[in-house]
Amino acid sequence: MDTKEHTGSPCSCTTGPQVQSCGCSAATPSATEIRTATSTITLANRFDHFLARWGWKRETAHKVTHGLYRLGNPTADSPVFASANYSLSFDALRSALAGIDAWILVLDTKGINVWCAAGKGTFGTEELVRSIQVTGLESVVSHRKIIVPQLGAPGISWPEVLRKSKFLVEFGPVRACDLPEYLKTHTATPAMRRVEFPVTDRFVLAPVEFVHSALPMVIVAVALWFLVGPVAALAAVSAVLAGTVLFPVLLPCIPTQDFSTKGLILGGVVAIPFAVAFGTNPSLPVWANALAALTPLLIIPAVVSYAALNFTGCTTFTSRTGVKKEIFRYVTAMVVMAVAGSLAGIALGVSRLIGVI
Amino acid sequence: MFDSYTETSLVYHPDRCINCRRCTQVCPHAVFAEGKEHVELARPAACMECGACAKNCPVQAIEVQSGVGCAWAMIGAALRGKDMDTECSCGGDTGSCCGQSEEPSCGCGEK
Repeated sequence: MDTKEHTGSPCSCTTGPQVQSCGCSAATPSATEIRTATSTITLANRFDHFLARWGWKRETAHKVTHGLYRLGNPTADSPVFASANYSLSFDALRSALAGIDAWILVLDTKGINVWCAAGKGTFGTEELVRSIQVTGLESVVSHRKIIVPQLGAPGISWPEVLRKSKFLVEFGPVRACDLPEYLKTHTATPAMRRVEFPVTDRFVLAPVEFVHSALPMVIVAVALWFLVGPVAALAAVSAVLAGTVLFPVLLPCIPTQDFSTKGLILGGVVAIPFAVAFGTNPSLPVWANALAALTPLLIIPAVVSYAALNFTGCTTFTSRTGVKKEIFRYVTAMVVMAVAGSLAGIALGVSRLIGVI
Repeated sequence: MFDSYTETSLVYHPDRCINCRRCTQVCPHAVFAEGKEHVELARPAACMECGACAKNCPVQAIEVQSGVGCAWAMIGAALRGKDMDTECSCGGDTGSCCGQSEEPSCGCGEK
């Protein structure tokens, strides 16, 4: 999709010497075209970022036209940076390079960010070499060096790129905002090499997590409202909010290392007021109150724990080996808890219907 | 206890290392540290198996079963009868947990 239309015109159709046509609105860009990017993040860009964070049309709406861009007034000696054709990635790079004349080679990563695309290989050796060749980069610059974001390394093999394109890959820092400092010496400090996962990074992931659970949450909440009452509906909403918003924010503060057990703990805490509300009805017998309290105490931790386990895919540190171990350790327990809690709730409802309580 | 992240598939062969230190440049968790003769495996438990080190080691001194630690996609793959280890990864045309309309995202597209 066209960058100009969807990211608030960070590029223009200003063309370089290799240009054949202005193709900014073309679905398939001209390979040799050089577009012009600026470092300015416009209001439209910020709105695009906002929509991306909420998962709006993630598959299509946040793509940047891939190809070669000029930033400022680069010469043949100016540095070349590689990026993904995802607006958040591209915009982070171009805004970090404010005041720096450079070339930006945007790879076709199918609208996926650098790190995730590198994991799949779309931000990879083959695509980098192909992009270098089809854009005619070797005739644009006099040197043979390309600065690739460090998080692109899972997909980029520097020996292979060198062998196939004669370009030497230089892995830049993790964060684009460190590039100005990095460019002074072309050496990254240990801090620049480390990926972190601060509360702000965790919090911005919450909307897209919540959006994916919103529809089932609304359906369940409405059903519970009519079947049980508003408190039960609130319990459903609370469980989803705890799993998708509260959990990411509180992640490092919750005891234990496993995400599933962290979720069980958080879910248990969230369930307590509902257990008290449901299980202290003086008009019900003791066994009914016990079942009523047990229902949220079993279901809510299971739901929050499952949401927590799914958050592993958003983090910057979980390994596949560890996640797999978590799945085999805890998913069965989550299912058993959810089923047992549901059966307890159903038993209460049936008891009420047939007049036992 | 309650820590599934103590083991990793990372294997390092220091005898093959030529001390080019590329692994120290690409690892986002400082798993490798600079050494005199060869790099040191400093924090193996911190390895997230992204595969950047093995991919950029010119002498194959590092081996790792790289992949994406995404429970959503792994569980989804298992439910579809697919291989949990190979089915999930991010950013592709098929079988991806990122950016595919037929499959809700695990959110990794937002990292």
